[in-house]
Amino acid sequence: MSLDPTRYGDLALILLPELVLTGWALIVLLFVAWRHETARDLRITGWLTFAGFVATAGAVWWLWWRVAHAAGLAGMIAVDDFRWACDWIFLGAAALTVLLSFRYLEREQLLAPEYYVLLIFATLGMMIMAGGADLMVIFLGLELMSIAVYVLAGFDRRRARSAEAAIKYFLLGAFASGFLLYGIALVYGATGTTNIVLIGVQLGFAGRPGVMLLAGLALLLVGFAFKVAAVPFHAWAPDVYDGAPTPVTAFMATGVKAAAFAALFRVLLEGFAPLDVWRHIVWWLALVTMIGGNLLALGQRSVKRMLAYSSVAHAGYLLVAVAAEGTAAFLVYLAAYTLMTLGAFAVLAAKGREGESEVTIDDLSGLGGQRPWLAFAMAVCMLSLLGFPATAGFIGKWYILLAATQAGENLLAAALVVTSVVSAGYYLPVIMAMYMKPESSEAAHVDVRLGRTAAVAVALMTAGILILGVWPNRLFDLARTAGDSVRPANTLSAPPSGARPGN
Amino acid sequence: MLLGPALAISAVLFTLGVAGVLLRRNVIVIFICVELMLNAVNLTFVALSQHLGVGGQVFVFFVMAVAAAEAAVGLAIILAVYRHQRSVDLQNMRLLKG
Repeated sequence: MSLDPTRYGDLALILLPELVLTGWALIVLLFVAWRHETARDLRITGWLTFAGFVATAGAVWWLWWRVAHAAGLAGMIAVDDFRWACDWIFLGAAALTVLLSFRYLEREQLLAPEYYVLLIFATLGMMIMAGGADLMVIFLGLELMSIAVYVLAGFDRRRARSAEAAIKYFLLGAFASGFLLYGIALVYGATGTTNIVLIGVQLGFAGRPGVMLLAGLALLLVGFAFKVAAVPFHAWAPDVYDGAPTPVTAFMATGVKAAAFAALFRVLLEGFAPLDVWRHIVWWLALVTMIGGNLLALGQRSVKRMLAYSSVAHAGYLLVAVAAEGTAAFLVYLAAYTLMTLGAFAVLAAKGREGESEVTIDDLSGLGGQRPWLAFAMAVCMLSLLGFPATAGFIGKWYILLAATQAGENLLAAALVVTSVVSAGYYLPVIMAMYMKPESSEAAHVDVRLGRTAAVAVALMTAGILILGVWPNRLFDLARTAGDSVRPANTLSAPPSGARPGN
Repeated sequence: MLLGPALAISAVLFTLGVAGVLLRRNVIVIFICVELMLNAVNLTFVALSQHLGVGGQVFVFFVMAVAAAEAAVGLAIILAVYRHQRSVDLQNMRLLKG
């Protein structure tokens, strides 16, 4: 299906998922303005939001299945399989977050249904980021996402920790946006355009890059490195992840990070492909992030902080995929990472109270005996994060290793293996505590309750991790086709082909 | 205005903003420094639009709208923190550590 962005009808089709979700957000906002009193209103809003994500995923699926692509090149929004694949990851993460939030919000007395509206707007921002083929569009998507998530991080405003997390996230996020924006301005000054494809075409013809372009690229990379929490720009992440309500933390660690990575990937691989400088910078960022994230995670007692540092370490693995330009590996790992991180935070949310900051690894002792299914789900997530065979995490890491060795980045591949071994030092104690240590008291895990919807979500995620770990072929095909659609601008003319979700 | 001096001024403003964020401890002052960074970018866009067409000036409107939305949310968050700490100084925010 060829769509011409200069015609309004086709433009509406290109933006169909975003339009559906925007319309839905406005409907939910109106509904919330009208009913925001009781826990029942909260539940209805939650289901309405869930339906909105499902409908949007359907719109994305339809465009993906119909092989939508744009006639002509330099639009402001990309119409390719990479966008659809990323949209599915964001919508999946958001829908699972809704399922996790039902009981959590009631338990923590956060009876404000605006929570779900903010979740929709944040997801909308993510979709715009992954689809943006223009630096300004990516910036607007980023801000739409970030502003909604600043509020979500401080949503439990009765707790000082949540407010502190929100202020730290806000200050660092705005600071990073400033860098990103200045980078955009300088790139605009050097190339005369903010369109990613046109930047790529122009850099392909230009000779040595000028100072303005290099400074702009460096500032862009700093801005993105803050957003994906790469070492040495990670300092905010543990504090913010620690203080925010746990379903929000899960959403930030998966969706927000995935969106920043998707935008970074498109900007570097489509726009700056002719330039070699960023490869060196990303190479070092990946190395430092893998080492730093894993070593810092080793020293943590609190499960929530440990998971926060673990997500920093996983940003390092994803940066390896960026440095190796392995688009398919990147998408596979993003999908796997989303499932296992959401699962781990979901179990943590069931165990703790008041933001879960106080839950240490020892507090999980004996969970395996008293709550076998919950402990099983946690164990699967931990093994998958570690990269144990027969889990999605293993498949993802193996695929990144493959991409890295094919690109000749053997040192990065070796670092990935070594740091993964180090990460056993903080993932395995969780499993050992759950299965090998006795519970501290008879009643240690009595009030651990997931809630029905969250239980369904955790079951889905655990099953997903195991199924993708054993039968990854379908995911590989989709990721390869979707990954192929992000290419340097001078090779963008070939028509799309390959695997679709429908065939 | 000449392009060179305008870009130099905006670079200096941006650096001042970054220095302010890194050195000051009062949340409101840090927030103002972030706004200074954004406005330095605006100056860059406007200066560039003399040569590159009206696009740069349009971007400035986007940035201003985004900065306004950010200010609304940011000040609300600062207020929420003030209710807990009775202070807007970063030195008093040490609940989250480790």
